[in-house]
Formats: sequence, structure tokens, C-alpha cells
Amino acid sequence: MKAVLDIRRGAPGETPHNQTFDVPFEPGQSILDGLRALRRDVDPSLAFRFACINANACKECMMLIDGKVDYACTVRLKEGVTTLAPLPKKALVRDLVTEIAPPDERLHLKS
Amino acid sequence: MHLETDVLVIGAGGAGMYAAIEASRAGASVILADRSLIGRGGATVMAQMTVAAALGDREPDSWEYHLSDTLAAGRGLCDETLAAMVCEEGPGRIREMDAWKVGWARDGEHIAQVHAPGHDRARCVYVEVLSTGPAVSKTLRTQLNLVSGVRRIGDLAIVDIVVEDGRACGAVAIHIPTSEIVTIAATSVIIATGGLTRLYRRNSASSNMGGDGYALALRAGAPLIDMEFVQFFPIGHLAPRLVGMDPIMWDPFRYKLGGKLLNSEMHEFETDYARSDQRSDGNYVLTRDLATYAISKEVEAGRGSPAGGAYLSFQHVPEDVIRKSFGPVVDRLAANGIDLATQLVEVAPIAHYHMGGVQVNAQLETNIEGLYACGEAIGGANGANRLSGNAITEAFVFGARAGVNAAERAKRARTRWSDAAAKPAVALLRSAEKRDTPNPAHLVADLQALMADKVGPFRTQQKLGEAIAALDDMTKAIGDQPWSSAEPFDTVLLDWLDLRNMLLVAKSVAVPALARTESRGAHQRDDFPGLDDSWTLNQTIALAGDRLDLAKRVPSSRKVPV
Repeated sequence: MKAVLDIRRGAPGETPHNQTFDVPFEPGQSILDGLRALRRDVDPSLAFRFACINANACKECMMLIDGKVDYACTVRLKEGVTTLAPLPKKALVRDLVTEIAPPDERLHLKS
Repeated sequence: MHLETDVLVIGAGGAGMYAAIEASRAGASVILADRSLIGRGGATVMAQMTVAAALGDREPDSWEYHLSDTLAAGRGLCDETLAAMVCEEGPGRIREMDAWKVGWARDGEHIAQVHAPGHDRARCVYVEVLSTGPAVSKTLRTQLNLVSGVRRIGDLAIVDIVVEDGRACGAVAIHIPTSEIVTIAATSVIIATGGLTRLYRRNSASSNMGGDGYALALRAGAPLIDMEFVQFFPIGHLAPRLVGMDPIMWDPFRYKLGGKLLNSEMHEFETDYARSDQRSDGNYVLTRDLATYAISKEVEAGRGSPAGGAYLSFQHVPEDVIRKSFGPVVDRLAANGIDLATQLVEVAPIAHYHMGGVQVNAQLETNIEGLYACGEAIGGANGANRLSGNAITEAFVFGARAGVNAAERAKRARTRWSDAAAKPAVALLRSAEKRDTPNPAHLVADLQALMADKVGPFRTQQKLGEAIAALDDMTKAIGDQPWSSAEPFDTVLLDWLDLRNMLLVAKSVAVPALARTESRGAHQRDDFPGLDDSWTLNQTIALAGDRLDLAKRVPSSRKVPV
């Protein structure tokens, strides 16, 4: 089966652009599985956060999936287009990565 | 940016957070750095399992019984002083966590304890339902917020430890979102980066468990010990695809419900191996290394499941009993299309834990003054095979000890930060060059496949030799100049820095594995089956220039007061 991931990319100060990727998958695989395969096979510069990979323990892979805030590790790949975008209310770092650390756990503290 | 602190803790899993808390309580200023977010990465948060401690509330128990089980599991190679520290101080830490409201499951008025494989009695505590790790992480995060003097910094990857005149004086790091180079002056540095399971294709690791701390220690001049002993968890989830769950979550199901391991002929094969191996006590529960052996041999004999493992069955357990024990998890399984009452799942050995690690003394200090290590990052306490339930216990005990000792040192020593000593790591980062090919994420996958195929649980001289040659080729291929995508959150640079660490660490596993011409615990040589008494020795490995040097030592015995 084949999923199409339509991913909003870009860094702060740039005009965001969308890029689509075809991702072969087996039923049950997650959006995060698809993103990791894309980095491995197509574009290693694609940026997204994750730590625990598939346990839904680290809660880092939160993003906008088809317009809804969700975890990339628990939403499944599906046939047809899935849109991915960074969290809208957090500062953008790049691509799907946003600044989600608590303010006092960042290198640059706001003074 | 340049930062200064008494104690730098690298890694914010269970061991690192405990170290930071204790160092702060002992009066030190602390920077707790993690390449992921604080308390989210690492292995602790993923642990759905049990934690061993001889509490003795429910039935009589003693830390010495726990030690005896730990040493037996370690197959003669444990550093007894470190193993005894885990067993003796474990109960105090478990009760401290209880007072911090971690929520250990209760059995009447006592903390509930279950009987895990390799233990002589019910000794393992847990948090319902399969929530031990998240509960532990959350509790330690809360305590971190309560102590003063801990500066927590996420998204900060430590690139190298800075050593001047044989003393650690800080580290060079990269801030992931901006690629800004950060130098950190510290009187004491604690490595709490966990294990190396990300080196393998199938693993239960977080994405940041690529053995960073081992590479940091080696390049700082500190030797590693017991690196050939990688623990494979026998019943990692294999199929059907399961997401939103820890792949090793089947173990508590087995303890509680007595799941059966079946081969393709629907034969319950574990008993065959229990009877034929004198190391087992004959119970149906095999220790982890024996269960890994049993499943792998069944697969090899052509009796594996379709995806290449064994079947795990709970079909003999009434549905209401399954639901009563694991209700919320049953729903999560249903979301994955899995119904245990009617369906078998497939499981297979999966890289899970590293027995080896940084060599430390009883103060958790390496041979580099001011450089400490704790948790899974250290080697010695578990010998050739870790007893189940000891990983979180050692994270608490070693973390706390390293934190106190590092803080005490900071009181009596003076930091002499050296720009000159930091220069090579800073220059390395500055030399990063924008490159589109080759794909470093693909090289990581290649490395994982190589390690799984050639340096897995069952090894031969030929496979290990091929692995070492391939690792040398890959090391040449990545070169000395980092690759970069020249953007914020530079994933290409991170992959390159990871490869720099992972290739060094992979070789530090393969080299002692090739030298150890026997089978013991987690290290099984098809060409040298059976334990060889003359190999009741630890191997240490140190970096000398570009060369890895092996040495042997007699396992450290415990000094018992007369």
C-alpha cells in the first residue's frame, strides 16, 4: 500500500512550502514509521521530533495531522493523502519541529 | 555560549535525574543536559516493567538474597561491590520514591511484589498498568522542580567531554535547535546516557540510546568494561505491527497470566530447554539469555513463526481474567487489532539492555578524575547477564551515589576550564560542511543491520571479523569532517555525530566479543559453545589514538568487613 504525506516545511523567516512524498507501508504502521523511512530513504534533512519511537511514552512527536493535533507514533498511515504540519501555537524551529520544552528547560531563557 | 556549574549531568533519564537531585541536595549547582527533552528521552520513560528490591514486607527477604540472585545471573563476572550497592541501597530508594508518591501498586497495606524470572522470591515492584517508567520519570521531574539549583536544559547534545591534565573540566555541546556551540565548565561531570540498544535493528530503545556515553568516555580516556555483553530481551513484540506500546510489554503479561511460548508446531518448547540446561532451575521460566537462546534455536531449526520468532499465546486464559489484569491495555491492543483471547502474537529477541559500560570504582568515578558515570551507562554490576528488575533499581542507586560524590568533589576541587582542551571538539563542530549525500540516516540503518546480523546474541569468529572490517570501512566513509544540512535542527549533523559515536561503540562491542572464545550469559559463540572457567575474567577496552586496546582483569570481589 502507498501513503502520500503532504508535509509543510521550512524554517522561521522563510515562506513555508509543502512537499509531498510517496511512502510505501504495511497496514498498522504509524505516521512516525513513515517519517523515519523518508529520512532513511529520501531526505535526511526532514526535521521532526521523537525519542521513544513507538511507545507513546515521550510525547515528543506531537504535530498537526490532517489538521488535528495528534501523535505521529499512534496515528496510522493510510492510503491517499495525509497532511502534516507543525503545531500552530508553538514557535517553529523547522519543518515539523516546534519549541515544546517548558520555558525554564531551554538554553535561552527569556529574561 | 559558555556556561559554568559545579556538576554537569549528561542525560535526564532515571539515573541522571536522581543524580541531579542528590547533587543539588548536597549543595552543588547542577546543569542537567539532555539531547531530548528533560525526562522524556532515554530508557526509563519507556520501562513498563518491574523494579527489584528486597523490601521484605510481604515475605521475609534480605538484600543479600537479592545479591545472590544478581551474582548468579551475572555468571561469575559481576563487580560484587557495585552489585551489592544496588541490592543493599535499592529498598531505601524504592521507599523514597514511594514517599514521593510514585504510586507503587499495593497488595493490601504492603507494596505489591511479583516474582520475576531469576529471583528466588516475589521481589519486584511496579506501577499499574504497565506505567512504571512514566510514573518514575514524572515523579523525578517533580522532585527536580522542588530542589533548587538544577538548571535543566533540553535539546542539548554533548559532543565531547573536556579533559585537562587527566581531570574532567566540562564539556562541549551543540544546541540542537540553533546549532549553537555551547561550552560548559564543570568541576564534576556525570555520564548518565544509558545504553547502546539503538545499535541494533530491532530494539526497545529510545532514539537517543546509541551509546553516546560510552563514546564520550572512550574519547575522554576512560576505559569501558564487559562491552561484549548485550542483553537481548527474549520476547520483544514482532508482529502484528503494534504502535503506542513498548515492544517489551509482554513480560508482565506472562508473569501475571502465564503466557505460553509456542513454536510453529504449537509445541510449548521452553520446558525442553529448561530440562536440558543445568544452569536453569528447571522452572518453566527461563532467564533472559536462555529464553533468547531457546527462541533463536527454534527459529534456526525451522520451527519459527512466520515473521521469524515464536508465538506467544494467552488463549488458555479466560477473557475476563485478561481484562481484569490489563483492562486499559486490552483496549490499546484492540486499537492495534489484537485480541489476546482469540489470537496469537509473534515475539522475538530484541536488543534491550547493555551489561557493559564505563568502568567505575566504588565512588562511581572513572579513571579520569572528576568524571563519573551511573545507571545503565556503567559496566560491572550485572556481569554477563542482568537479572530482571535491576535496571531501574541501579538507575536510582547509582544515580544518587554519583550525584552525591560529584557534589562532594566539587566542594573540594577547583575547576580549571581549559579553552585549549576544548578546542578540538569546537573545531570539529565548526568544520561541519553542507552535504546532501550520502544519507547519514541510511548509514545508521546499515549499521543497525550489520550489528543485528553479525554481532547479535549468537556470534562466530567469521561474523565478528566481518563486522569489524565493515565498521572500519564505515568509519573511513564518514571521515573526520561533520556533514550538515546547514539549517536549524540540523538532523544531518546530528546523524553524523551519532554515527561518529555509534561506530566507535559498535567496534568496542565487536572487538571483545571476538576475543572471548567461550559462551557465557548474553555472549554466545556458536564456535565456542559452553562456559570456559579460564574466561572468568572481565575485558576492558580503552582508546589509544585510533586504536582500541583490550585488557583482562579478575572480577572485583566484595570486601566484606571481618
